[in-house]
Amino acid sequence: MKSLVIRRLLLLVPMVWLVATLTFIVVVAAPGSYADTVDHPGLTAEQREALRARYGLDQPIHRQYLSWLGSIVTGDLGTSFVTKEPVDRLLARTLPPTLLLGASALLLDFVLGVWIAVTAARKPRGWFDRISSVFSLGIAGLPSFWVAGLTVLVFALLLGWFPASHMHSVGADELSPLASLGDLLHHLLLPAACLGLVGAAGTARYLRSTLLDVRGERFILAARARGLDERRILWVHTLRPALLPVVTLLGLSLPFLVSGSVVIESVFSWPGVGLALLQAAHARDVPVIMGITLLGAVAVLVGSLVADVLYAVVDPRAREDGS
Amino acid sequence: MNRGRRLEVGVTGLCMLVAFCMLGPLLLPAPPAADPANAALLAPGTAVTEIVLDDGRALVSPEVREERDITVVKGPLRKVEVTNERIVSLRTTRFWLGSDRFGRDVLAQLMAGGRISISIAALAALVALLVGTTVGLTAATGGRLVDSALMRLVDALMAFPVLFLLILVATIFRPGPLVLVAVLGMTSWMGLSRLVRGQVLTLRGRTFVLAARAAGCSPTRIWRTHYLPNLSGPLSQDTALRLGDLVLAEATLSYLGLGIPPDIPTWGAMVAQGHRVMLDGWWLATLPGIAIAFLVVSLALIGDGIQERLSLSE
Repeated sequence: MKSLVIRRLLLLVPMVWLVATLTFIVVVAAPGSYADTVDHPGLTAEQREALRARYGLDQPIHRQYLSWLGSIVTGDLGTSFVTKEPVDRLLARTLPPTLLLGASALLLDFVLGVWIAVTAARKPRGWFDRISSVFSLGIAGLPSFWVAGLTVLVFALLLGWFPASHMHSVGADELSPLASLGDLLHHLLLPAACLGLVGAAGTARYLRSTLLDVRGERFILAARARGLDERRILWVHTLRPALLPVVTLLGLSLPFLVSGSVVIESVFSWPGVGLALLQAAHARDVPVIMGITLLGAVAVLVGSLVADVLYAVVDPRAREDGS
Repeated sequence: MNRGRRLEVGVTGLCMLVAFCMLGPLLLPAPPAADPANAALLAPGTAVTEIVLDDGRALVSPEVREERDITVVKGPLRKVEVTNERIVSLRTTRFWLGSDRFGRDVLAQLMAGGRISISIAALAALVALLVGTTVGLTAATGGRLVDSALMRLVDALMAFPVLFLLILVATIFRPGPLVLVAVLGMTSWMGLSRLVRGQVLTLRGRTFVLAARAAGCSPTRIWRTHYLPNLSGPLSQDTALRLGDLVLAEATLSYLGLGIPPDIPTWGAMVAQGHRVMLDGWWLATLPGIAIAFLVVSLALIGDGIQERLSLSE
């Protein structure tokens, strides 16, 4: 168990290096354009040189590469071209909202996915099963920005049940802590639902087929022979072994969750990393984009590591294979 | 959905949509001209009169009244009166799917946007297919060192959330349509190269390949008669699903304003514009979104259908 964790952690180091190098190559491979982003027609030659020197763009490429790698080790990811805010401070500011949104979406994904799968597997080919399988196929094809926009239109603008954007109401600073938390949850629900729904459809589709597989196992027959209640057989005896691969599935769905959060944050003006990435992309603010891209890739690497380790924790068979 | 019919349903859906985009403009009557002053944000099915004047300008409005020698065009913002001598032609037509806030016909835009979106996704899938197959084959046949180097590269590239990679590349290279094809293709070949490598490595040990080799068949013959037919099934399944992903990726980039320039209509950009006037025109964002979903679901059904056929033939 311990050796598995150590081995995976050691593997993480070269992967992070490779990911950082690829990010650098993509940015530098564009002929001149990275340096041109600090360019402006109104600048004199001296000002241009001063700017390039300030951001280290006058250095030869191998120097820039080494300082990029060094900046990752020290956590100092440079300064935004546009707002002059250090990138690490920008990340510290935008990461908590994104983590909150992502964690809520993941929770919703899991809870809703399990509920749909179990209800559908209770009567395969019944009406709920048919409706939910059409629904999960359709939701996978619908663009997330479209679903989010429609959600805003119906639940925020037409019905007025939820706020259409942002994380807090105006003047939320003056509310009591409890009211402020309620305000936050009120703002959180729509974006988290939009982000979690797509994942829930995938989880449900996957878990349903595993549930049906497990139902054919002998220990289910044995449980039924002992006269156990159907409900208990389904929720305890069938669900528990079927849930194991879902841990891996949640790890695998992390890249989509991270990508999806960009779209959802953009629709709901949620002040997270995704929105910052988008604003940086429109302003061609290369240091911010590089920093966030690297963070996204590292998050995915760490997420898949955590999923693998968790899988080994819940499933002893994987532990034996692993060591 | 009746299992076993998925392939047919998917192919039918795909053909219908492609025919709609490609043949629609030839079969349908010409759409009304764009008149932002009088015909903006008209609901689907609105009948309008299109008047072409002698200076080439076109007036389009749902409310046109003819009086003795003048014609009155009443728009939401203004009332225009033109003398009848100035009118070159006058016809009644319809915005079948409504008009946008610039008075443009949504039906015509949907078809034009579909042609762009589908072509970009198809070309990008082709790029991904070429790159992925090349990398996969090189890894499978190039010896241990090449194999592990390429596969670690693929691992690292797959660690990037796709949208982040797309945004990074799309920001560095300002995309025109062809650059977008390259960007989408170059960011989606990784899964395919893994698939090709895995398939080739499995096939290499199969009895029929060993038998062919023992019988003295040339490598070209073994590739033609054994590898390619066995690769084509999984590859076409993967390509169908990948096309769906590419359609969504292109739409997402266009929606976020990072796709091709906004004057070229694409479905993603149409949804983005529709969202700005959500309360005044629900049809603007809704229709292109449904078109995207229709396309992606058709492709998913084709992918599932091929998978079913493959597992049956195993």
